[in-house]
Amino acid sequence: MTFTIPIDNGDSVKNAEADSQRTLYPYVTGTSIVAIKYKDGVLMASDMGGSYGSTLRYKNIERMKAIGKHSLLGASGEISDFQEILRYLDELVLNDNMWDDGNSLGPKEVHNYLTRVMYNRRNKFNPLWNTLVLGGVKNGESYLGMVSMIGVSFEDNHVATGFGNHLARPILRDEWHADLSFEDGVKLLEKCMRVLLYRDRSAINKLQIAKITEEGVTVSQPYSLKTFWEFKAFNNPTAGAEGSW
Amino acid sequence: MSQSTVDVPPKGGFSFDLCKRNDMLIQKGLKAPSFLKTGTTIVGLIFKLSWFLSHCSDMVSSQLRLHRYQTGRDSRVITALTLLKKHLFSYQGHVSAALVLGGVDITGPHLHTIYPHGSTDTLPFATMGSGSLAAMSVFEAKYKEGLTRDEGIKLVAEAICSGIFNDLGSGSNVDICVITKGNKEYLRNYMEPNPRTYVSSKGYSFTKKTEVLRTKITPLMERVEITEVTGEAMEE
Repeated sequence: MTFTIPIDNGDSVKNAEADSQRTLYPYVTGTSIVAIKYKDGVLMASDMGGSYGSTLRYKNIERMKAIGKHSLLGASGEISDFQEILRYLDELVLNDNMWDDGNSLGPKEVHNYLTRVMYNRRNKFNPLWNTLVLGGVKNGESYLGMVSMIGVSFEDNHVATGFGNHLARPILRDEWHADLSFEDGVKLLEKCMRVLLYRDRSAINKLQIAKITEEGVTVSQPYSLKTFWEFKAFNNPTAGAEGSW
Repeated sequence: MSQSTVDVPPKGGFSFDLCKRNDMLIQKGLKAPSFLKTGTTIVGLIFKLSWFLSHCSDMVSSQLRLHRYQTGRDSRVITALTLLKKHLFSYQGHVSAALVLGGVDITGPHLHTIYPHGSTDTLPFATMGSGSLAAMSVFEAKYKEGLTRDEGIKLVAEAICSGIFNDLGSGSNVDICVITKGNKEYLRNYMEPNPRTYVSSKGYSFTKKTEVLRTKITPLMERVEITEVTGEAMEE
C-alpha cells in the first residue's frame, strides 16, 4: 500500500510569492478628500497627512495633483498606489499631447480611464488601494466624479472619501446649493474639514484647497484652520462628578 | 445537623452557566437566535441649565429608588452612571448597549456616554448609535455654549434629522426628552419628517367578513399618581 505525503513547502513558498505580487493591506494612507462643484468650476480640499498605521508619519504629502490642462485628481488611501496612478496618467497625457491635434483630455475621459483601471485591477484581486476624486472643467462644463478601489464610480455635485463620507456628507447635503460663490464654497469646505479635524484621528491641521476653473488648476499653499477647544465643559468635565472621567 | 441554604449573591463577571446548555441545544439542531440589530441615532446636549436626551433607557431606576430611600438624598447622575457601567462591565461587552445618560441633580446638569464594555465619557454634547457620525458632524459644526432651551431643542432635532436622512440604519421620527431641575418633558414625535406619502381615503378594509365569536371588554387600570409629601428628610 503506497500513500503520498503531501509536501507543503513548495506551496507555501509559491503562495508567499503570489501574495507579495498583490496588495493585501494599505501601509501609508491619506485620509479624506472633500470636493464640491461651485459657480466657476470645482473646489477640492485635502489635508497633507500620510499615516503609517496609527502614526502620523508624513505631514507634507500633496494628495491633489493636476492632470493635463482640465482636471484635478485627489486621492485617499495608499499613497504608493496614488503615485503609481499618477505615472499611468502621465503616460496617458503624454500620448495625448503627442497627437498634437488641438484636442486635450477632459475630466470625463480621465474619469473613465481611471474607472477602467481600478475595476480591472480589482478583478485580478490586486487592487490599487485608493478612493479617487476627479474634478475638472472643460468647455464651460464642470465635472466631479469619484472612483473607489473596487471600481464603483459615479459623478455628483459634492463628493467625499473615507471619513468624509460619514462626517462631511451630511453637512454637504444640507448646505450645498448650485452656483456657490468662491468664498462660500471655501467656507463650506473649511466647515467640513474642521469637523474632520475634530473627529478623524488621522487628520492633521494642515490643508490645501484646490480650484479648477476654465482657466486652469491652482492648488493653494498649505494653511491651517482655526479650532476651538475651550468649551467650559471640556475644561473641567468632572466638576460635578468627582472620581469619574 | 441542619443544612441551611444561604443565597450567595453572584460573584460578578459573566455568568457562563447557560453556555453548556446552549451548545447541547445547537448540537441537537436548534438554530441560535440572531441579534436583532436596530440602527439608531441618539444625541445628548447640555444647554445653559439643563440637558436633553433624545432616547433613554431606565434599567437602573428601581435601584436608584432604593438608594434614595436608604440615603435620604436625591439621586445623582453619577450614581446611575456607576450602576450602569458596573452592570455593562460585568458582562464584558456581551450586553451590546451603548447609552447616553443625562440628568440634572443637585450638582448641576450632566451628560455622559456609556459604551458596551463599560467605559464612560463626560461631555457637553454626545452622540451614539449608527447615525452618531452624521449627528456629531452637526454638533461639531453648530454647538456653542450658552444655548437657550429652544435653541438646544432645535439643534438636537437637527442632529437627529441628520442621522435619519444620512444613516441607513436610522429612520422615521424624532423624540425629544427635555430634563430640567425637578421635571422632565417628553416631546414624543417632536418632528415627523417622514410622513406616509399616499394615504388611501377609504382606509383599510378586511377582505372577508370576519365573524365575531365573542366580545369581552376589560377596562384598563387607572394609573395611580403618587405625590411625594415634601417634608423633612430622614435623619442622617
